[in-house]
Amino acid sequence: MTPKRRKRLILIALMVAGVGVAIAVALKAFNENLMFFYTPSAVAGGEAPAGHLIRVGGLVTNGSVKRQADGLTVTFDITDNAETITVQYTGILPDLFREGQGIVARGRLQNGSNLFVAEEVLAKHDEKYMPPEVADALKSAHKSSADGAATGGVTP
Amino acid sequence: MIPELGHFALILALSLALVLSIFPMIGSLNNTPGWIALARPAALGQFFFIAIAFGCLVSSFLTDDFSVAYVAQNGNTLLPDVYKVSAVWGAHEGSLLLWVFILSGWTVAVSLLARHLPNVVLARVLSVMGMVSIGFLSFLLFTSNPFARVFPVPLQGGDLNPLLQDPGLAIHPPMLYMGYVGMSVAFSFAIAALIGGRLDAAWARWSRPWTTVAWMFLTIGITLGSWWAYNELGWGGWWFWDPVENASFMPWLAATALIHSLAVTEKRGAFKRWTVLLALLAFSLSLLGTFLVRSGVLTSVHSFAADPARGLFILIFLCIVIGGSLSLYAARAPSVSSGGRFDAFSRETLLLGNNLLLVIITAFVLLGTLAPLIYDALGWGKISVGFPWFNRMFVIFTPFLVLLMGMGPLTRWKHQDPGDLARLLRIALLVSLGGGILAALPLLHKGSVWAGLAVMLSLWIVSSLALSLRQRLRYRKGVAGLWQDLGTKGSGSYYGMVVAHFGVAVFIIGVTFVLQYEIEKDIRLSPGESTELAGYTLRFDGVQAHQGPNYRADRGTIHVLKDDREIALLHPEKRVYTVQTKPMTESGIDVGFTRDIYVSLGEGLGNGDWSMRLYYKPFVRWIWFGGLLIAIGGLLAASDRRYRIAVRDPLPALGNDGLIANGGS
Repeated sequence: MTPKRRKRLILIALMVAGVGVAIAVALKAFNENLMFFYTPSAVAGGEAPAGHLIRVGGLVTNGSVKRQADGLTVTFDITDNAETITVQYTGILPDLFREGQGIVARGRLQNGSNLFVAEEVLAKHDEKYMPPEVADALKSAHKSSADGAATGGVTP
Repeated sequence: MIPELGHFALILALSLALVLSIFPMIGSLNNTPGWIALARPAALGQFFFIAIAFGCLVSSFLTDDFSVAYVAQNGNTLLPDVYKVSAVWGAHEGSLLLWVFILSGWTVAVSLLARHLPNVVLARVLSVMGMVSIGFLSFLLFTSNPFARVFPVPLQGGDLNPLLQDPGLAIHPPMLYMGYVGMSVAFSFAIAALIGGRLDAAWARWSRPWTTVAWMFLTIGITLGSWWAYNELGWGGWWFWDPVENASFMPWLAATALIHSLAVTEKRGAFKRWTVLLALLAFSLSLLGTFLVRSGVLTSVHSFAADPARGLFILIFLCIVIGGSLSLYAARAPSVSSGGRFDAFSRETLLLGNNLLLVIITAFVLLGTLAPLIYDALGWGKISVGFPWFNRMFVIFTPFLVLLMGMGPLTRWKHQDPGDLARLLRIALLVSLGGGILAALPLLHKGSVWAGLAVMLSLWIVSSLALSLRQRLRYRKGVAGLWQDLGTKGSGSYYGMVVAHFGVAVFIIGVTFVLQYEIEKDIRLSPGESTELAGYTLRFDGVQAHQGPNYRADRGTIHVLKDDREIALLHPEKRVYTVQTKPMTESGIDVGFTRDIYVSLGEGLGNGDWSMRLYYKPFVRWIWFGGLLIAIGGLLAASDRRYRIAVRDPLPALGNDGLIANGGS
């Protein structure tokens, strides 16, 4: 093997090693940063892990939005017309947040309760738009329980 | 009448695109000058008819012709004229029309400006662009006709999405599309070269300025989009790693790799196959971006089901373009020589590293963007990829990119002695390490390791650029020679590189400082009440009703005081647009070179109290300023005199066309 060849080989080996390490690190981080989506039914059924960053979504139940004394902390219920969970959020809600509207919240489920503490609440910038996860959640809840649709009166 | 005229013009344009894609191509293969000569007039004709169609849609919007379904959905009589025009590209059909309009514009530009190209090559390039145009025109005509009529005619239109009623977003899509579509020029040059079997330095030199210009537009488009999001969304964010943003960022990353790789191909005749592959990749990602965004596949997988015809068309078109071009590549690439040799340590190697890093980043952004789709399709659950992941990825890869960026311009082609380079860069290393450590220590501000890293990286770029400038001007009478140097051949490329790399340094500072030192405060304020934010006092003076042309607003008044002296008066608004009744947050921003103060209204809490969100955003302007510098760098590089005059210089391996030339080996 000529010295030139050897140099080239070392270079290629270094590059492959570097790329390999980078990919490994990024993929590991990728797995840690995946956020799974859970429907209120799934949360009520105990499928969602407590303390992990997850997303939940559903329709904001009419009359459930309560503002606490500081004016910034809000609690509200979201539902997939089968089950309901309570979400707590401190901060400014998005423009399109209102009762009856489909929203998605990112945050953590408290240990031992079904209270979901949100870091971020998303309502898409289109009032006809329903987050696809929410639409699906409503659809599956509707399918699984025959009486589910009667409570909300919102067609998915 | 006018809409039918537009529709008819589109059909004529499609016929001309067919002519353009068939005859010049066949003519170039069997050497029929008459058929080759068809390329230019066909390109011009296509542009003419698409321009007519585009003009028809604009006029339908301006005259509020709600018998056209697209106008009825997106237009409104109350809309200011500027936004009536920008409403043309406010939704799916119109933005596709803009796409083909720009594509035909690029086609004409190539046919007129690339006069130095051999006719055969030009014919092939235009022909390939014609093929792309066929795809888009038929997509437009068969699945998303912007001129479709609606009956009964509505009295009033559905109005343009209020979010899009902003000057930034009026010009953002055209800029972005200029970039996306511009990649089709690089793509067509690559395909033409593959067909002709002529992948050489000449090919790289022809395609380089076009690619750089397209990349420049893409840069402007992305920067504008980020600036718009910051101004308009009311959340003070400038990048969200939203699939829609990623869709524009991926072609940019691939194109950045491409313009660097083209430099190697032009100067040294190396990386030829790789460069072609990047050109195919950049355009494929542009197509993917356009389609994914506009078809809504990414925000919702179900959009495919909503209009299966569109989804299917998109899939087939993507398969044809990507599959077809890759097959051609597979057939032709083995016969391309590997080109100029280089040592393990040389500018070529560093640029190879740059390309590798950029392609890896592109792949990861693609992974993060498509992962939710893949997981959903495979039934693994519904996921989203948190944006901390994207950020972390950039923190991992950017330092390596910047390291290479500093070394590259000072490294020789072909062979570089590492010791020499180390001696040369000693000062840059000292400056950047010193500056970085100073910035990391809590001297002026609370220290931060990340801010230190950012300062170090920026100083590394800036000081190595200064060294490179000194080296270049040493034989050109120092600074006095700078002006003289600016007019010479090759100087555009060089100074373009300097400006663009400097832009990266500015950008890094902006991004890191904003992320590290930003202060966010959600607060409830009563009229007359004050609050403190990063040394500024903000006094809330209540909210008044305000009437705009097509919206009603609650308009807040906030005085910004520094040391008891008023420095700014902000008017954040909460608007409700009359037609779509959508609430919109219009933020109040006090712009500054080293900091912004950003206020957006939350909601009324009774008794005149409002919840609001206050931000102190240090160095946020540097993000867009950096983007602007990068774009200016691209402009400088593309305007290099050598692309206009040096083409007649003898180039290596300018073999007979149709032969497989062994360029540069």
